[in-house]
Amino acid sequence: MTLLYFAWVRQKLGRGEEQIDLPPNIKTIAELVAHLRMRGGGYAEAFADPKRLRAAVNQEHVGFDAPISAKDEIAFFPPVTGG
Amino acid sequence: MSTIRIRREDFDASAEIEALTKSRHDIGAVATFTGLVRADNGLTAMTLEHYPGMTEREIAQHVAEAEARWKLQGITIIHRIGRLLPGERIVLVAVASSHRGAAFEACEFLMDYLKTRAPFWKQEEHGVATQWVEARTTDDDAAERWRKE
Repeated sequence: MTLLYFAWVRQKLGRGEEQIDLPPNIKTIAELVAHLRMRGGGYAEAFADPKRLRAAVNQEHVGFDAPISAKDEIAFFPPVTGG
Repeated sequence: MSTIRIRREDFDASAEIEALTKSRHDIGAVATFTGLVRADNGLTAMTLEHYPGMTEREIAQHVAEAEARWKLQGITIIHRIGRLLPGERIVLVAVASSHRGAAFEACEFLMDYLKTRAPFWKQEEHGVATQWVEARTTDDDAAERWRKE
């Protein structure tokens, strides 16, 4: 799956995009967040507080209970501040 | 007819109004909103980042919603990205309609949703210090009121 990161999430991770193989036991955004946090370093920091994060699956805003699958494009970012 | 552009380049609001209304005799009102970079608290520059693809989709959804709610003759939205200095233009929303009520309301509706749903992020520079702008709950409240009606 493709993971995309924006704003301070991208900065903390030092990358804006990566490909990962989705572990079969991970079914939701919340579970993916917990999985990424386990990587430690910048990931532990960026994913420490899920309340500060928002997510999109295939370019649609979703809640953290949203289901995910191996071919999805998933993005993590802070609450948006356009306009 | 609607136009959505995400780009680095500046825009000319007069030229955009002209493009919306040219050769049309059914438009009685064009409401426009232009957002500018403010130099609050010593801000020296602002850099806008977005999520290419999702931004256009998200804005297109809200344009379609505005067109369903109000009788509109045209919408133009231009949102700039990249590094902008105080006084520079950030965003233009122009809405054409037969009458002013629909134009004003749809323009405000679209701005409220741009603020709270379109995937843009702002990083401020204060001299050498940088910080990401936090989302404001007042913007969420402004968008939420359109749901209650």
